[in-house]
Amino acid sequence: MDDLLSEFLTETSENLSVLDVELVKLEQNPNDAELLGNIFRLVHTVKGTCGFLGLPRLEAVAHAGENILGKLREGEMVASPEAISAVLECLDRIRSIMGDLEATGSEPDGDDSELIRRLNETAEGGAAPAAAPKPKAAPAPAAAAPAPVAAAPAAKPAKAGGPSIYEQVGGMGTIDAVVEVMFGRIMGDLRLKPFFAGASIDHIQGRMRDYLAKICGGPDGFGKVDLNKPHAGAVARGMADEHFDAFAGHLQAALNALEVPAHLAAMVMAIIFASRDEVMGRAEGGSSPTSAAAMQAAEQQVSEQVAVETPVETPIEVEAEPAPAKPAKAPAKAEAKSEGGEAKDSAVANQSIRVNVELLENLMTMVSELVLTRNQVLQILRKQKDSEFAAPLQRLNHVTSELQEGVMKTRMQPIGNAWSKLPRLVRDLSHELKKKIDLVMIGQDTELDRQVLEMIKDPLTHMVRNSGDHGLEGPEERRKAGKPETGKITLNAYHEGGHIIIEISDDGRGLPLEKIKAKILQNGLATESELEQMSEQQIQQYIFKAGFSTAAKVTSVSGRGVGMDVVRTNIEKIGGTVEMRSTQGKGSTFVIKIPLTLAIVSALIVECAQERFAIPQISVVELVRATSTGDLRVERIKDTPVLRLRNRLLPLVSLRNLLKLDGGQQGSEDDTFIVVAQVGTYSFGIMVDRVFDTEEIVVKPVAPILRDIEMFSGNTILGDGSVIMILDPNGIASHSGQMGVSDGQSAEQMAAKSRGQSEEKVPLLLFRAGDGSPKAVPLALVARLEEIERKTIEQSNGRWVVQYRGQLMPLITMDHSQELAAEGARQPVLVFQDGDHSMGLMVDQIVDIVEAKLNVELGAEIPGRIGSAVVAGQATEIIDTGYFLRQAFADWFGSQERDRNVGGQKRLLLVDDSAFFRNLLAPQLSAAGFAVTAVESPDKALALCEAGDEFDIIVSDIEMPGMSGFEFCEAVKRQGRWQNIPIVALSSRASPRDLEKGRDVGFDDYVAKYDRDGLVHTLNSTLTEMRGAA
Amino acid sequence: MSANAANPAEGAVAIGSEDHRDYVTMSIGDQMFGIPVLNVQDVLGSQQITRVPLAPPEVAGSLNLRGRIVTAIDVRLRLNMPKKEDGKPPMSVVVEHDGELYSLLVDTVGEVLSLNMKDYQRNPPTLNARLREFSDGIYRLNGSLLVVLSVGSLLNFGSHKDAA
Repeated sequence: MDDLLSEFLTETSENLSVLDVELVKLEQNPNDAELLGNIFRLVHTVKGTCGFLGLPRLEAVAHAGENILGKLREGEMVASPEAISAVLECLDRIRSIMGDLEATGSEPDGDDSELIRRLNETAEGGAAPAAAPKPKAAPAPAAAAPAPVAAAPAAKPAKAGGPSIYEQVGGMGTIDAVVEVMFGRIMGDLRLKPFFAGASIDHIQGRMRDYLAKICGGPDGFGKVDLNKPHAGAVARGMADEHFDAFAGHLQAALNALEVPAHLAAMVMAIIFASRDEVMGRAEGGSSPTSAAAMQAAEQQVSEQVAVETPVETPIEVEAEPAPAKPAKAPAKAEAKSEGGEAKDSAVANQSIRVNVELLENLMTMVSELVLTRNQVLQILRKQKDSEFAAPLQRLNHVTSELQEGVMKTRMQPIGNAWSKLPRLVRDLSHELKKKIDLVMIGQDTELDRQVLEMIKDPLTHMVRNSGDHGLEGPEERRKAGKPETGKITLNAYHEGGHIIIEISDDGRGLPLEKIKAKILQNGLATESELEQMSEQQIQQYIFKAGFSTAAKVTSVSGRGVGMDVVRTNIEKIGGTVEMRSTQGKGSTFVIKIPLTLAIVSALIVECAQERFAIPQISVVELVRATSTGDLRVERIKDTPVLRLRNRLLPLVSLRNLLKLDGGQQGSEDDTFIVVAQVGTYSFGIMVDRVFDTEEIVVKPVAPILRDIEMFSGNTILGDGSVIMILDPNGIASHSGQMGVSDGQSAEQMAAKSRGQSEEKVPLLLFRAGDGSPKAVPLALVARLEEIERKTIEQSNGRWVVQYRGQLMPLITMDHSQELAAEGARQPVLVFQDGDHSMGLMVDQIVDIVEAKLNVELGAEIPGRIGSAVVAGQATEIIDTGYFLRQAFADWFGSQERDRNVGGQKRLLLVDDSAFFRNLLAPQLSAAGFAVTAVESPDKALALCEAGDEFDIIVSDIEMPGMSGFEFCEAVKRQGRWQNIPIVALSSRASPRDLEKGRDVGFDDYVAKYDRDGLVHTLNSTLTEMRGAA
Repeated sequence: MSANAANPAEGAVAIGSEDHRDYVTMSIGDQMFGIPVLNVQDVLGSQQITRVPLAPPEVAGSLNLRGRIVTAIDVRLRLNMPKKEDGKPPMSVVVEHDGELYSLLVDTVGEVLSLNMKDYQRNPPTLNARLREFSDGIYRLNGSLLVVLSVGSLLNFGSHKDAA
């Protein structure tokens, strides 16, 4: 394939991408003349280039598309979806022809007449609905047959013998200005400039003016000139059709710029095009066209130009009289803007060159090696003080860094490039699926490595398609769900800590949990009982498994079952991660995190058993040091190490055990560094002996024989020349337990999750005490696990106490026996804490920590138990922390007998800023038969309201930071869907004044905070009242 | 000590002159082995080798050869021979296989011998099964036998996993 052609293919496919985007934009703003102009220009360029290269099929198709655009631009048609569809279809055809062209080097055979006919129909239909469909023209440029009038409105006045165009446009003054503007543009056009080099601009302008005036029916100052004679100069200069087109384009632009009425401008253009053959010397001895004749020929030609123009290099009419070059005149006022734009464009074009990607890749590899060598040298330097190399090496260091940065930059492209296809895709989707979809793109300018860009292009497209197809509902469904009819897909890209984050979110229906479950069962990926045990999030993660499509039917859009698993694989291949959050009814968000570049990643170097390893920085969240004496220490449940990190339990993985490194001694793992890593939503700690620096490393693949070790993602050479393995957090995560599907919660999500719906799993601490049956308490309620030496337990005031952190901590036994278990020197104790109070519950044995759904199935008769639930396959008593707290501190809660609710499951929203009370009340209320959702602030509650959650009753604390309970109640009662939901206040303040204020703002009832049983009672009676009232 | 470029039989592409072929000789314990000289990229002395946890036992680790990462294979273990006792560091013969570099760890590397084809014969059927698997044939030398190692099968771990 010759260079010209490949250049053409590159350029045209770029143009086509731009066109896709622009057309969709146009559809949204049909009146944007500038946009339309741009589109027209692009299509026109495509057509022109095709003609130039002798590609008749492409040219014909492009021309038909251009016809429509021309109509649009002249205001004869509105940019209706049909018109846009037609143009898009035309682009698709061009693309497919180009595909073949690229493959074979020549235009494929094929018949486009059908398409062209339809395009023309669209064009005609828009202009004059009555016009009959016109068969594709035979190559008869000068056909004298009366042409179906395309530019009907434009033609009419002239035919009717009304005032000439010349008079209509405003005489010589206007023409003068047009010529001025036009030449301003021409001089900025690189294609045309050569033709005028050395010519007297003034003179040419003068001729042009006369010519225009003449064809417009004005004074004939041009007629004296023999049209055929002066072309020799131009011929010699090799002017082609393409240039004529460009020339005409400038004239058109000038007409537009000077606000010549559209129909007049169209007529002028028509005449110009009609006279093309004449002026280019094809029509021999033709008489000078009169305005009417030209007009007729023009109209005909405009609509028949398809496949007519033989793209041979033909001369064009330009007066080329050698004369001293003169600078172009200062551009006229009106065209200043557009002219500036042109000039800028071409300047940019001048400053950029096309470079073979491979060349850049090689350069990049070389620079990567250079960086490594630099690191190596620097490392040597560090060991030697006062080396004379220090200064030059410092310079080398800087230069290398800059070089690296520079080369990286050459590979950087705005992510918008990967997105350019999406507006078109979404548009087609919305048409095909009859959904209304809005695509919002934020951060198009975010740059990332070309290679990465290529790799994420397809996953992104796929995910957007998914969002549109599966995620968003039809307008009908959305209306029913109380959402705006138009669904929204948002793409957001931004930099964060050396990574690019891309979010794809939709406000659709979210992932259909039931369908996923059914599919999991159907594909045998998990059993029903396993599903029971899984959190919503875990189940959702299954969409990343191979062969998983929940689309009810395979549409042409998606649902072929090769989906998210490919997306995930592709993203992980480039060292990225993909996370998903989805809320049923509210939409889904995918978060892709990818490194800026593939070649060099920054990695944390750690040591374990004298071996060093690299952990990619992308998955490292933080570093923690645990010691046996400090606040942070490794605790063990059976033999499983865990770390209590900011109120949550972090599973730990010992690198030593994982990699079977013995390293001689079994180092004390109580004194260790912990690398907190995050894979998807699952975070865990990797225990290592030492942590060194972070280093920039070049990831190299491991030898094939080592490839099946999933713990390593690659290896690399460090600055000191040694080879080091790169750990793969994904592999570690999936190896260390049943985390094949990432099932954990990131810390943030954990916090967000403290709304703790009973549907979700909560970590439970399992222990034995008293009668030996397994007991459990939500881990979140336990502040610490302690082992207290028996001999430090003292008796005071008839109770067991221990001196704990400078305070006396009461110790309670499970079964009120005041006997201390005799055996063992240490007493395991669960410490509960709220504010200043802590108390210890003495237990016999701490068994395990498990995640389970806290579904209290049986209420308990024994005080101190909430009820029984199935935990880890065993009936387990869930203990009532509140009861024991009461035992320890009489003032903690009021104590009363609980009464049991007999109503059905009522949805209850609990708003309380204290995590302790939330955790305390939620299980109790759910034991009392409510489906409890707990949130920590009124804001969150109102967000739920907006999000469409429904509740039967709201229980709200009064004293909360930010919005108080009173304000919250007012806000709810003022308006919105929750207006009629009863709200019960819950507070430690229970003065009559408070009661009154509470009633004023709309609380339906008021319960003192400690009166838990009163609360259940009140809730039930309030609900009964409501029912009665309703 | 590079055996690669200096070899006189270089132009003869693995065949050597008419009836002679060139081999890099090496020994493990008392046994002599040979690898066709054109297979050999480098011969290295003792190297710093990074252990690769969880790798098959024959994989001694990875080492850095002028910026390329080379996987070191302990030929002793590969041939089911006992571990080295004398504590001397092994030497490496670097070979390329499927575009990847491997370093074969042997006790010592000897000279390059040009061996006459008439001294060559197929493996005796009674040869140790493991050795037979990795050997192409045997040369009769004066006073000793040289086993020709087949680099391909030596580095083909996939299919022998079960056997091992």
